[in-house]
Amino acid sequence: MASVGTNAKLRAADTSTRRPRRPAGPARKKMAKLCALDKRLLDEFQRDLPVCARPFAEIAHRLGCNEATVIGHLAWLQRQGYVSRVGAVFSPNHLGASTLAAMAIPEDRLESVATMVSSYPEVNHNYEREHAFNLWFVVTAKDAHAVADVLADVQRRTGIAVMDLPLLEAFHIDLGFPLWLT
Amino acid sequence: MTQAIVHALQDGLELTPRPFARIAERLGIDEESVLNVVRQLQTTGAIKRFGVIVRHHELGYRANAMVVWDVPDEAVHATAKQLAGDPAVTLCYRRPRRPPSWPYNLFCMIHGVDRESVQRKISTLRSTFGLQNLPYCVLFSRRRFKQRGARYVSPADAGEAHADG
Repeated sequence: MASVGTNAKLRAADTSTRRPRRPAGPARKKMAKLCALDKRLLDEFQRDLPVCARPFAEIAHRLGCNEATVIGHLAWLQRQGYVSRVGAVFSPNHLGASTLAAMAIPEDRLESVATMVSSYPEVNHNYEREHAFNLWFVVTAKDAHAVADVLADVQRRTGIAVMDLPLLEAFHIDLGFPLWLT
Repeated sequence: MTQAIVHALQDGLELTPRPFARIAERLGIDEESVLNVVRQLQTTGAIKRFGVIVRHHELGYRANAMVVWDVPDEAVHATAKQLAGDPAVTLCYRRPRRPPSWPYNLFCMIHGVDRESVQRKISTLRSTFGLQNLPYCVLFSRRRFKQRGARYVSPADAGEAHADG
């Protein structure tokens, strides 16, 4: 495993967390170029982030660079939207309750119903999918009762049935998302 | 206390040298207590993954499909374990059928750089695991209206204001 710190060009770029050649901005169409360190941060730290007082210093140690560089690159990845956050993914139904819900919404109402569904803080994922059931969303709350309340509320406000598909069994061990960037 | 720490973790760590100390400061406890609770949540399985959470769409994985199968109940475990073990499958869950409108009981997520690559992965899965005779359906995502980490604890329950509203 090559240390990224040995790359002189990379090290030069790392002295600043600001990258003038990569203008930041929302809704970028084209992907900004990722450097070797960005790719390793994305690929190798999706799980087992060190849980210690200075986690970014520990990552820097493993990658052969310094703490400020790691923080700078993660902050940039987050600003670009490549990283949603550095933190925990909780197991479904371990701390609270959650479910997957689906609705079959007439095309002309889809946009407004989707916006309404997204406005619930309990809704964390909300997608349009290619199917008669065209709106799919995940509801997460402190208990099953609170989840059911959200589904009932959506159904009452829209007059459209909400199909409740709670998790019965998880088979996947979440190892993160394989990117094959390197 | 665990509730408050879960709440603090939901939106991710601050990108600062001592992120757990920042959580501790906000909650009026010491850093070591926060670290201990996080480790405990990992041990009990409440936290299934702690790290960099990537956004696949922004990283060039523009296509994602939810693939659903109607697997006979007696075969569902074996099929689910095969699918879950394949690197092309990022999630594999069993959920209830809702007949007559929804006959499917096994749900997988498959991501790819484009639609064709997702379709290729699906046909490979079907032939590799001998699933050609199982009824299935591919639901490509068309629009993402919302995507963020789950919130198990509401601001009121955590006893503090929500940072990002």
